[in-house]
Amino acid sequence: MTHPLRGKAACVGLATAGTGEAPGRSAMELMAQAVHGALAEAQIPLSEVDGLFAATSFHSMAAMSLAEHLGIQPAFSDGSNIGGSSFMAHALMASMALEMGLIETAVIAYGSNQRTAGGFKSISEPMPFEMVYQPRTPITAYALATSRYMHEFGATREDLAEVAVAARAWANLNPEAFAQGPLSVADVVGSRLISDPLGKLDCCLVTDGAAAIVLRRADRAKDGPNKPVYLLGAAMEHHHRMISGMPDLTVTAAAASGPRAFAMAGYGPKDMDTVQLYDAFTITPILFLEDLGFCAKGEGKDFVKDGRIAPGGALAVNTNGGGLSCVHPGMYGLFVTIEAIRQARGGDGARGPGGWVDGAKLSLAHGNGGVLSSQVTTIWGTEDTL
Amino acid sequence: MSDDPFGGPGPEARFQAYLEEGRFMIQRSRSTGEHVFYPRTMAPGTGTADLEWVEPSGHGTVYATTCTRRRPEQGGDYNVALVDLAEGPRMMARVEGIAADAVTVGLKVKAKVGAIDGKPAVVFEPVEG
Repeated sequence: MTHPLRGKAACVGLATAGTGEAPGRSAMELMAQAVHGALAEAQIPLSEVDGLFAATSFHSMAAMSLAEHLGIQPAFSDGSNIGGSSFMAHALMASMALEMGLIETAVIAYGSNQRTAGGFKSISEPMPFEMVYQPRTPITAYALATSRYMHEFGATREDLAEVAVAARAWANLNPEAFAQGPLSVADVVGSRLISDPLGKLDCCLVTDGAAAIVLRRADRAKDGPNKPVYLLGAAMEHHHRMISGMPDLTVTAAAASGPRAFAMAGYGPKDMDTVQLYDAFTITPILFLEDLGFCAKGEGKDFVKDGRIAPGGALAVNTNGGGLSCVHPGMYGLFVTIEAIRQARGGDGARGPGGWVDGAKLSLAHGNGGVLSSQVTTIWGTEDTL
Repeated sequence: MSDDPFGGPGPEARFQAYLEEGRFMIQRSRSTGEHVFYPRTMAPGTGTADLEWVEPSGHGTVYATTCTRRRPEQGGDYNVALVDLAEGPRMMARVEGIAADAVTVGLKVKAKVGAIDGKPAVVFEPVEG
């Protein structure tokens, strides 16, 4: 039976703002700029926005702060914060609110000026029973997971580096990407160790950036100027908050969210034309490729080798350059979503040859939040895929 | 100290009070025998509120490890590990008595109550054999 939410909401507008460095602009100003851009692209007036979804590392009640800044009074809002996966969850919530007739026009937004405002920003509380050991959250957690993965599956730092090298190759095709230029496995492995086994180039960027998307019910999605991209499947799961509470550091909750999202969409991993995975550190795409079913557990380290996820490779992964080389303003999930939608639109702006995947109709956008804690999988597709 | 999970000081405060006495204590369900760490009001998953305090053997195995790189003038590198206790639960910890980057997954370790920056903390040291 077809899931009642499958394909019922579509993205009709999107925008990013301040990607990279945006000196002198506040997180809220950047977020509002992205909302303005997304609504302008969709040719929808601000006054029609009655559903608002936002989470940032700067605002404890982001949806309220954003609504006030915009001067709108949403009939439904959600500021749930499950880290970088918040925005995939917001898409699911927006889809439900649209389909239930609670709202007509949903905006999902994020904004951050962390790079120019002093560096990595978090409003996370210290973890009891962990803080005495002085973990550097989040990198300590991802380094621990990497150490376990390397132990269980014999992966090497060179294997991990392939993820960063592929991301940079995609970034070099994308003028919006912050980090450009050649990057080799030797460069990544030789980068300064931050928290073994992770070096500086195993870690995502610290940039500014804002993003926004506009969703409408499918029956109104074709009124606007843009090719609608439909939310075919979405599912979430989380099983810990502290890394010491993660049952198995080599298996994320994506192993649960992925199959449910695919089941809702009626598609499987083999059907995906592009795959956008939250890459906070080089280990995360490897874990998600396995947990989402693109390869078996332990095989991710081989799956990413020899340019297989780089431009022209077997699977188009993180085609904007990812959090590793394109943009990572603290919570990167909405950029993951936007890249999936842009690819399904068939390209959106100027990129180098191969930067837009020919004939892409189905894109997966997977969000990660906390310390491998929250996993939310979304699947987006064109009208043909409905 | 009382084991009543909902009366008096909570499990977090009791754990800390034990630590300040130099004792590392964890919880165990009276009905199932399952050990629990970190300290909480009920057994996770089942919700059974019959946890009592017990002293673990202190034996453990390193499940995952990282060496946090820090400038020498700021105190130098330090270890952060996840240790699986012989009783079952996993905890964040620090392995001492060995270079921070020489700690390996699978290393057998034993707990003691030490101090990190003047605060009492359960730390582990490698055991022979």
